[in-house]
Amino acid sequence: MPLIDKATFDELKEMSGADFINELIDTFLEDSPKLIEEIRTSLVINNADAFRRAAHSVKSNAATFGAGQLAELAKELERLGKENRLLETGDKLKALEEAFASVRDELRDLKS
Amino acid sequence: MKTSHEPGQMLVVDDNRLNRLLLTRALEQQGHYVSNAENGRIAMEMLRSRRCDVLLLDIDMPAMNGFEVLEALLTDNQLRDIPVIMTSASDELDRVVKCIEMGAEDYLVKPLNPIFLKARVNASLEKKRLRDEQRKLFHTFATPEVAEQLLREGFSLGGKYVTASVMFADIRSFTSISENQEPAATIEMLNDYFALMFDAITENHGTVNQMEGDGFMAIFGAPVQEMNHRVLAVNAALKMIDQLNLFNAERARQKKKAIRIGIGIASGSVIAGYTGTQHRATYTCVGDAVNAAARIEDYTKIVGRPLLIDQNTSEGLSKEVRMEALGPVMFKGKQQPIQVFAVS
Repeated sequence: MPLIDKATFDELKEMSGADFINELIDTFLEDSPKLIEEIRTSLVINNADAFRRAAHSVKSNAATFGAGQLAELAKELERLGKENRLLETGDKLKALEEAFASVRDELRDLKS
Repeated sequence: MKTSHEPGQMLVVDDNRLNRLLLTRALEQQGHYVSNAENGRIAMEMLRSRRCDVLLLDIDMPAMNGFEVLEALLTDNQLRDIPVIMTSASDELDRVVKCIEMGAEDYLVKPLNPIFLKARVNASLEKKRLRDEQRKLFHTFATPEVAEQLLREGFSLGGKYVTASVMFADIRSFTSISENQEPAATIEMLNDYFALMFDAITENHGTVNQMEGDGFMAIFGAPVQEMNHRVLAVNAALKMIDQLNLFNAERARQKKKAIRIGIGIASGSVIAGYTGTQHRATYTCVGDAVNAAARIEDYTKIVGRPLLIDQNTSEGLSKEVRMEALGPVMFKGKQQPIQVFAVS
């Protein structure tokens, strides 16, 4: 099963224009590692609000590209941040990173 | 409703770079001019320094979130006309509802659907254009204070009963005047005439709400309530006659014929409210006092007096105003005679 929903991706491509989709993909690939890093830092210093906000952005960006699984994982983290339950993060952050790595590979192939 | 697709000035506010890029791009694709800001504080600075027709606002942002921007916007008289479209994730609709209750115009769910984006942005743009037009209209036909009060308090389209004084005025024998001069001279004369008359009216807190050829209608005591609307209306009429005398003196110097006017004023309960369409809203008054004022104005031709008022109006005036009772007059379409007074 592909990690990126084709219909969502095509709609995005249509809305932004074919030439612009590459710029969007690059932005996503550049920003996501920073946001994941922010989630990690916020976890270390126990800042639930920053944790939630960064997870929210990952979720929003993943949904924009139709990366449903990645969005779900980020949403889970966002919820933990919202409910101030950072200690329950466990291996969820690692799962998020792995999901992002797979999405990244697929997006690179989708670049035209 | 005209669906206008003229470009507008958009401001996109979102802390997420990808969202900013995407929204900016999508709006540019639709022909708009787009600026963007990464938080509410920057957005407010931009709003105060440049034109904005529609604001697309994220809720969750550091340094002034969407709620705070919305609140600042709605309490700012210069910015409150800007329609705000909230952009949010589908799982935060409860917060969107709060924004709509606060006064946001609409919302869009992220990820964006280009068709919804276009439809909602165009609808908001249309509202903005209407508000701009109303603002312009108010500033043309009402005093700055009245215009600001209306814009501040908003206006409902539903009518209500108000006690007010209604004035009708027009130029005597206008047709024969205009037939004896060039069309350009007629327009110039009318422009000078209206400028002088409206000046007298706004000075006395009246609002001109209808113009028809050389005639117009003005209201005193509405939309902004004035307890002494009768006095204001009569003072405005007397000032109009003074202004007209100055105008005629100037015309005499230019060897032009003097113009004469008739003014009728009636007071009472009228139904007042905004009527209109997407593109034009005017303040309208209907009711007995409106009909009476129109009939009394017409009657000035018959008795050859420039200013006539009804009994209700006369009862609110001080004793210094010189009034002469002309007796009851039966007007067409009226069940009862109206007591008419000439004021000089």
